[in-house]
Amino acid sequence: MHIIMALLAGLIFGIGLIVSGMTDPSKVIGFLDLAGSWDPSLGFVMGGAILVGLIAFRFAARRDRSLLGDAMRLPTATHIDRRLVLGGLTFGVGWGLAGYCPGPALASLASGASKPLIFAAAMVVGMVIFELLERLLARGKQAV
Amino acid sequence: MTIDLANFTPWASLAGGALIGLAAAIFLLFNGRIAGISGILGGLLKWPKGDIAWRSAFLLGLIGAPAAYGLFAPLPAVQVEAGTVTLLAAGLLVGIGTRYGSGCTSGHGVCGLSRRSSRSLVATAAFMTAGFVTVFIVRHLIG
Repeated sequence: MHIIMALLAGLIFGIGLIVSGMTDPSKVIGFLDLAGSWDPSLGFVMGGAILVGLIAFRFAARRDRSLLGDAMRLPTATHIDRRLVLGGLTFGVGWGLAGYCPGPALASLASGASKPLIFAAAMVVGMVIFELLERLLARGKQAV
Repeated sequence: MTIDLANFTPWASLAGGALIGLAAAIFLLFNGRIAGISGILGGLLKWPKGDIAWRSAFLLGLIGAPAAYGLFAPLPAVQVEAGTVTLLAAGLLVGIGTRYGSGCTSGHGVCGLSRRSSRSLVATAAFMTAGFVTVFIVRHLIG
């Protein structure tokens, strides 16, 4: 059941991205281009998603188990640190360059076009590089 | 600033956004987890035992979405302006940045703001600002 609900959530998420126009990088860049001819659509996507999300998270806050009986795994970190800000800035530069963020890139893979594939492959490599660096740094700290 | 009325799609974007919110709600209420794409994918790369199945299932659904959508309507046309080198650089930055900052547009932007997390508000402000500045430089200063 967990697997089916995860599959369904991923599927609806992806269809939402297509319906909203967010699988089109030129539309995303149209939103990020404040100085040009500005397309506010992405703001409406976030607004629509957050309106539904606010209700869901309010409901979830009153529960300590999910509907399938698992513990709720919500983030517990509250501190605002350098990682959060630098990570966000780094992501934003890449997002602005290509017009892809992780969701739309994955939801575009099956289109058969090569560009989302190139982006997604580089993104996975970036994630692996991050993982390796984290392990190296953790090992370095232990050694000291 | 001028509004690009030719490309502005308020209703489709609002409806698509609501579907994204619905997906996040299903994942939260049934699976008890945050629908953050970079976290789900990045976590899979660690190959955690017991976690592989639901992560793969979510990503499979996401990747399969165009096929499901295509059963009902033709996929919308997309335009990727970036060339190969830019796509490679952008992909690396997005991969490293989303893992370093613990989230992307879905995890921080949608789920984080929905649960009114101040961390996610800061992260969203950071990636939005960087996105605005990057497009300004690429389109108006260099281009």
